[in-house]
Amino acid sequence: MKNKIPRVPVREQDPVARIGNFQEVCYGYNEQEAMLEASRCLDCKNPKCIVNCPVNIQIPQFLHEVEKGNFEEAARIIAMDSSLPAVCGRVCPQESQCEGACILGVKNEPVAIGKLERFVADWSCEHGVRFTAKEPSNGFKVAVIGSGPAGIACATDLAKMGYDVTIFEALHEPGGVLQYGIPEFRLPKESVVKTEIDNVKALGVKIETNVVVGRTVTIDSLMDDEGFAAVFVGSGAGLPKFMGIPGENLNGVVSANEFLTRSNLMRAYDPDYETPIYVGKRVAVVGGGNVAMDAARTAKRLGAEVTVVYRRTEKELPARVEEVHHAKEEGIVFRMLTNPVMVLGDDKGWVRGLTCIKMELGEPDDSGRRSPKPLKGSDFDIETDVVIMSLGTSPNPLIANTTPGLETNRWSCLVADDYGVTTREGVFAGGDVVTGAATVILAMGAGRKAASAIDSYIKNKKG
Amino acid sequence: MYKIVRKKFLTPAIALMDVDAPRMAKSAKPGQFLIVRVHEKGERIPLTICDYNSEKGTVTIVTQVVGASSRRICNMEEGDSFTDFAGPLGQPSEFIHMSREELGAKRFLFVAGGLGTAPVYPQVKYLHSMGAKIDVIIGAKTKDMVIFEEEMGAVCDNLYICTDDGSYGRKGLVTQMLKELLDKGEEYDQAVAIGPMIMMKFVTLSAKEYNLPLIVSLNTLMVDGTGMCGACRVSVGDQVKFACVDGPEFDAYKVDFDEAMRRQGMYKSIEAEADHKCKIGLGK
Repeated sequence: MKNKIPRVPVREQDPVARIGNFQEVCYGYNEQEAMLEASRCLDCKNPKCIVNCPVNIQIPQFLHEVEKGNFEEAARIIAMDSSLPAVCGRVCPQESQCEGACILGVKNEPVAIGKLERFVADWSCEHGVRFTAKEPSNGFKVAVIGSGPAGIACATDLAKMGYDVTIFEALHEPGGVLQYGIPEFRLPKESVVKTEIDNVKALGVKIETNVVVGRTVTIDSLMDDEGFAAVFVGSGAGLPKFMGIPGENLNGVVSANEFLTRSNLMRAYDPDYETPIYVGKRVAVVGGGNVAMDAARTAKRLGAEVTVVYRRTEKELPARVEEVHHAKEEGIVFRMLTNPVMVLGDDKGWVRGLTCIKMELGEPDDSGRRSPKPLKGSDFDIETDVVIMSLGTSPNPLIANTTPGLETNRWSCLVADDYGVTTREGVFAGGDVVTGAATVILAMGAGRKAASAIDSYIKNKKG
Repeated sequence: MYKIVRKKFLTPAIALMDVDAPRMAKSAKPGQFLIVRVHEKGERIPLTICDYNSEKGTVTIVTQVVGASSRRICNMEEGDSFTDFAGPLGQPSEFIHMSREELGAKRFLFVAGGLGTAPVYPQVKYLHSMGAKIDVIIGAKTKDMVIFEEEMGAVCDNLYICTDDGSYGRKGLVTQMLKELLDKGEEYDQAVAIGPMIMMKFVTLSAKEYNLPLIVSLNTLMVDGTGMCGACRVSVGDQVKFACVDGPEFDAYKVDFDEAMRRQGMYKSIEAEADHKCKIGLGK
């Protein structure tokens, strides 16, 4: 009986060893493990995993090929719907998507779809398998702004349809949040991110780095002067939020974005690189999302004692369970129902501590979430040298401010429908710039939908 | 890659370079800055834009040797290339939104300190082309550090030069020159000071005595320079601003200079440690 086989555990780097390096935590399956795990698929008549995947990968199909050892065929099936399988296999919240819908998971553990996707993608990379089939060129140019997950997914689909696609990236390396946000130990930059971006380039997609749209060029200049028939905006949500509490501008208070950009994009953890990073002896990370976990685990690897401060309880932590589990294994301390009210400084203007207040959860509000309320007189101090604020991000207003007719909502997200159609003709958008900070795979889904909308738009208009 | 098409030393320690960057040359405006990386493992270094030529497709930068990174830039030669050259970044100077008629009726005073003369130049050049009246004070440590004298002289009405040691122009600080002009009864609609943070702080204190409207351009720490990291945050009035996207220019009277200077030095002690080689065999 298929459902009698237990889920094949995945090998991981030992917690004690891994806090001393930046190598990947999860080793992934080998061929035998992958074939055994794939064989657990029940082959449901009505596979809910596909519906729950934001890019609708034909999951049972690829699992069957893995089971039979046809890894290249499995990769081909995934490539029809996903342009970043090695990334998604690592960072997707499978527990709430494909695996969350797996029937096996009702009584037992679901098939490890994420780990199997990763296995197939890594296998293809090792064996030089690449899928570059595309329609003949149709002569239309499309500009994609941002080389993160949304932009890459959109560019890939458009290139396959025969469009001449150029991605404009503001930073010096393509990848967006995959490059500056997610750490090496969760998502290796050279072997995974670069390889997947090379796959996109192999489809003929051009990537121009160091182009800040809104400054170096504008959407108007791309469309009017450079002949782009349509533009997709996938510029993400990169603007960090701060708390607005006293002492937040002391030396030693940084946004998670700054801390992670220094470590990830600028490789500050590697002494061969020039960009400095500072952790001191003790680090307090404020927030409970995946970014907070990434910042905490990075600080740990740089040698600090790390405390995560979160205002709700563990149950409400927005981070993935796997990330919280890894963080705990690595010795990161969690202080729940705790909220900072002031950053304390020394006489030189450096952080020396964080005054926090105890919280309790009140009645559920309209959204059903129990909102935390401070407990009067419960203030206490945590000693720390560095405070990392990980409170979420919002879209950078630059593109909206420099593009007439492109409307935003009150969270400064671009207004767009389910197909990425914005308030400006010929301009489409998707990913975090529309939804606010979300996941890699939702951004990819939005990029794909927009690609099909761009295709219809151009064909209708210019036919 | 972004090729250096022309390089010359303005002084033994200050180099000027024209860099091939056609897109930026076309879109750059006075008041903006850019970010360079010298090599694959290098930092992102913010530099002011000193000039731009959309026909030639070049952007001009001026660098002074102060540390390891700036030394590396100054050591690059014609034909060498920057790994990365991104921009223009930041808000252009506010006066670019004014019409020729408005600017033609205005009188500006620029106070440039040391290398700050470089970013002052495109502003003065632009205002001159729009018919504004402009006086410029250039302050430097010694004669050897005075740059852009001739170029600046060609686009302003009066150029005043002072050096700390009196080796050229007037002996003294820019604040003394500023006070002297204002005491003499010179009147300006707007002043702009660009230079080291400490200089801008004292120019602000001096200008305040005369109620002279003053703009400063802040050279804060930055990583991405596009609004993503917040390393550049400064207190302006009762708000926290990002110098990279809200600035770099701000109303001088609202800037908390002491905080800005402290924040600017955040990695200094760490850098000093990194550069320091122990001579008595301690450490690594």
